[in-house]
Parts: sequence; C-alpha cells; structure tokens
Amino acid sequence: MNMLEIDDLWVHIDGREVLRGINLKIPVGETHILFGKNGSGKTSLLMTIMGFSRYRVVKGRILLHGEDITHLPPFERARRGVGMAFQRPPTIRGLKTLDLLRACAGGGQEILALAQRYDFLPFLDREVNYGFSGGELKRSELMQLLAQDPALVLLDEPESGVDLENLQVVGDIITQLLQKGRRRSHRDKSGLIITHTGFILNYVHADVGYIMLEGRVLCAGNPRELLEDIKKFGYEECIRCRR
Amino acid sequence: MSEVKAKAQESLTKRAPLGPDLNLEDFVREGGEWSYDPDYSQFTPEERGHLLRAGIELTDAEHAGTFLQADAAVVHCQANRPGVELMPLTRALEHHHWLKDLLWTLVPVDADKYTAYAELSPGNGYFIRALPGVKLTEPVEACLYLRTDRFAQPVHNVVIVEPGARLHIITGCTTHPRVRSGLHVGVSEFFVREGGHLTFTMVHNWAEEVHVRPRTAVRVEAGGTYVSHYIMLRPVKTVQTYPTVTLAGPEAVASLNSVIIAHPGSEIDIGGRVLLTAPGTRAEVIARTLTTGGVCISRGHLVGEVPEVKAHLECRGLILAPRGVIYAIPELEGRAAGVDMSHEAAVGRIAQEEVEYLMARGLDEDQAVSTIVRGFLSVQIEGLPPALVAELEQAVQESGKGL
Repeated sequence: MNMLEIDDLWVHIDGREVLRGINLKIPVGETHILFGKNGSGKTSLLMTIMGFSRYRVVKGRILLHGEDITHLPPFERARRGVGMAFQRPPTIRGLKTLDLLRACAGGGQEILALAQRYDFLPFLDREVNYGFSGGELKRSELMQLLAQDPALVLLDEPESGVDLENLQVVGDIITQLLQKGRRRSHRDKSGLIITHTGFILNYVHADVGYIMLEGRVLCAGNPRELLEDIKKFGYEECIRCRR
Repeated sequence: MSEVKAKAQESLTKRAPLGPDLNLEDFVREGGEWSYDPDYSQFTPEERGHLLRAGIELTDAEHAGTFLQADAAVVHCQANRPGVELMPLTRALEHHHWLKDLLWTLVPVDADKYTAYAELSPGNGYFIRALPGVKLTEPVEACLYLRTDRFAQPVHNVVIVEPGARLHIITGCTTHPRVRSGLHVGVSEFFVREGGHLTFTMVHNWAEEVHVRPRTAVRVEAGGTYVSHYIMLRPVKTVQTYPTVTLAGPEAVASLNSVIIAHPGSEIDIGGRVLLTAPGTRAEVIARTLTTGGVCISRGHLVGEVPEVKAHLECRGLILAPRGVIYAIPELEGRAAGVDMSHEAAVGRIAQEEVEYLMARGLDEDQAVSTIVRGFLSVQIEGLPPALVAELEQAVQESGKGL
C-alpha cells in the first residue's frame, strides 16, 4: 500500500514552470530523501503536496492512501494526515506557540508532556516563530508535527541552521515522528525529507533517495550511495550521467 | 473672572489641530440629571448588559472603588478599601484645597475648544488617589456613561498615585443602548509620584454617531511607572486624542498600548506621545489597529531629551476591508546624543502565507484568519472582567468575517 503516490505532476508558480512531470511512490512505513541543488524544485514539491495555493497544479495528481487530494485545501490534507515542517516558517505575532501547538493537536496530544520531553517548555509562551534562532525554528516546527501526529511527514531541510547541541534533539524528534523505533512492518508513517547535508541519514534509515534537477527527478537509488556520489562528484556528474 | 476661565473663554472657538472640527452647539446639556443609586437599582437588564460590554460590572465586590457618572450626574461613588480616595471632582475640590492648584497643570486649558468647554461647562468627573505606599490589588472601576441622546458630557478627571503606591483603574466609557449620538470630552490629568505605579485600562464602547475628544496628560516622577491600555472595538463616529506622558524623574517608565478596530463610518485619530526628560527613563508605545472599513490614524511620538534614555514605538495595522484606511505616523525625536529610540511600523492585509501555514496545521480558513486576528489584537491585561474578555473574543470573530 502506498502512503503517497504522485503521477506526472506539473506545477506552475505565477505562470513559471517549477515541477515537470514528477512521479513518486512512497509505501507506508518508508522514508524517502530528496537531494538537489537550490532551485531544483524540492521545496516546490513539498509545498505542492501540502496544497499551498501559489503552487498551481496544471497536470497530474497526488494520491494519499489512494485518495486523490490534488485539489484539496491544506487543512483538508492536514486532517487526512499530511504534515510539513517548513524551512522558513512565517512569524505570527501575538499567537503563542502553546496555542498553536494546542490547535495542531486538536485535543489529541498532551502538549506540556511533549514539550517537557523535548526540552521545549521555555518556548511555549513565545510568539510563533518570533525571534527564534535557526535551531529553535526547526524544533518549533517539529514540535508542531509531533502535536499533529501526521501519517505522511514532509520535512524541508530539518537540519539547516541547527547547532550541534540541538542536532541530537532534532534527530530524536524525527525518529519519533517516523516511528523508526518500531519494526518496519509495524510502522504506519512515511516520510519525504529534503536534505543538503545528509545529516538526517545518521538518525533515520531512509529507503530511497532522489536527485532533483530543474523540476524533474533525475534518478533514484540508495540514499547513502547517492549522497556519497554527490559529495564525490557533485551534481554536475549526476547531470552528465543522466545524459 | 479667574485667569484659567479667561483663557478658556478665549479658546472656546479654537479649533483642535487634529481631528474633524465639531460644533459644540450641536449637543445638549439639558436633562442628564439622574439620582444617586447606591445599589445600581435604576439600571435595566438591557443597560447592565451594555455596560458589561464596556467592562463595567455594576458591583462593589472585588473592586477597590467604583464610580459611575451618567451624563452629568454622579450616580454611584464608593471607595471600598482603605488607602484609596474616590470622589467626584467637585467634592474633591472641596475636600482638598490644594487640588485646585493641580488642575490644568498638565493639560493646558486653552489647548483647544474642548478643553475650554470642559472648564466653562464643567460636568464633574472623578478624583482617584492612592495614598502613599498603598498597594491596591483590586482595580478601581470608573464608568462615564452617556445616557441621554445628543448629550454633551465634558468631564475632568484627576488621578494621583502617591509615592510607592500601586493602583489599577479600569474605565469603561459607553452609551445607553438606545443612545445613538453625543459628545464626550474627557480631560484627564494623572500624577504618578516617586516609585508609584499606575495601570490605566480604558475601554471605549460608544455608538455610531458619538464624537469623543479625550485630552489626557500624565506626569511620572522618579522610579514611577505608568501603563496604559486603550481598547476600542465598537463603532464610533469620531475619536481624536493624543495623550502625552512626561517621564519627569530618573528611571521612570511608560508603556502605552492600544487596540483599535475602525468600523465603516468611524474616523479615529489616536496617538501616544512620551517625553523622556530624565536619565534612565524608558518608554514603549504599541498600537495595533484593524480596520473593517473605517479610517484610523495611528500616531506615535517619542521625544528623547536627555542621554541614556530608551524608547520603542510600534504601529501595526491590519486592513480587512477594501475601503479601510490605516495611516501610521511614527515619529522619533532625539534631542541629545546617547538616546536610544527605535520604531517599527507595518500596515497591510493578512498574509496568505500565514493563513496557509495555519491551514497546514489543520485549521480551516476561517479558523486560521480568526487565530491571526486574535493574535494581532491579543490583549493580556490582568483584572479584566470576564465579560470584557468575551467581548474582545466576539469582536475578533466578527472582524474576521467576510474576508
């Protein structure tokens, strides 16, 4: 059973083509990784899966658990189990982080216990994303996902801007989100993660990696091997290889 | 004729530099004589509900004092705790012979026709004083109530927080449910003595054709603190006010916060000015304005007159309707090297990015907008009556509709 299935997805932003015929399948319990240069379309793909209105689907479809969600608004997708940690989330002045976490949980998760567990209590009284450091932003995003408890976890560069001290916490939360502590057959969560550094691979066993370029998926393979190739030969070699 | 009255007489036609000009003769002074009401028995359930929406609970319980003036008549006035003096200004002038020398020392009587009018057509007002070292934990509740249509209500209020004292005043200004028009002129002179602390929460809940001209000035001495919250969520015809706070002694602090919704047909011109005249003084002026079709001019002016002062000004506006106007005018005036003053101003609509961010967390569009508006207008003031908190919430819900 696939958690996510994307068929021939073409997307425009303000009339500009940003995704060109993406095909992707993520089975339940698997985590897939997106590599690619800046501007290759990785974030656009995640934002499109989440349903942001700027990302206009001109062709193709997105299926979640077999249901076509291509034209659903973001909240309907969230309620069906899609959750995303943003790379650069907006600031919402006046709204306390605790109140947002409660809204995310919808009464389902015990927020204070979660915050206690991940050393997030000092941030609960602060305005959402206001004055947060890079690492604090990531932790805040991941705490929101923990509260939401999504089936499909979309992470946009969860390690960027995170200092060494916070990396372990970020890794622990992602492990929790993706149920990596369970046997594979017992997992019912899936993930799609954008990473530049590959740090995340130290914490999460990823099943498949993709390299994106100019709005297309160039190739797929073992994520660690892909990362090694990128480190050794750079993305240019991927392009040549593909040609 | 006294010098003050002579100055007032000369200024009775003096137009205010800001705000639409009003003809004082369009309003009446007849009527408005209501009897004293020790147990609030003359108020109908309808009136009680309306007063509650302005934060007025009509009870002496849990209040350090209560004052209610309907039109020109003081109908209830009672100090409930030792260490607080509360009386109509006319009685206070008889009681404290020194008081007359304080009047018009902060607000010039000849500032404009409205201050002159308040002097020449006095309509009472309140006198509230916290005695030295008295720290009142419960608020004093004061209400200025327009109960007669087209009535002109000029009042003169004096508040004195003596050295080391602490006082919170919640003032609710509102109209009878059936009153549509009127004029409220409120002259307020507040004195915060050394180490004193005054929190002044003012809720305006007027009617569609009411004009409001508060004239407020505050003097804060060394180590004193003045915190003001101004909340106006309901329709009004025009409001023009520009309170001025003078931080006169070292380490004095002022914090001016306002939350305003400008409805269609409302024209609101509200400012806040702080003069930092002593070293170590600090000030913050934060204005949050939201328009659903009305006009709101949001002014702020910080004047740093000596070195080693710090102040910040923040004007933020949300436009929720195509014809709404918010005009933010932040001004910083440094008059000495070593002042540290800053401002930020932002006016716009709700960012779609923010709405969709919350939608990605499972909130539908209406919930997302309400959440953002609620955050924008977030008012965290201790001691607010639950009914007023509910009123704030309702205003937030209504503001988010129709976007």
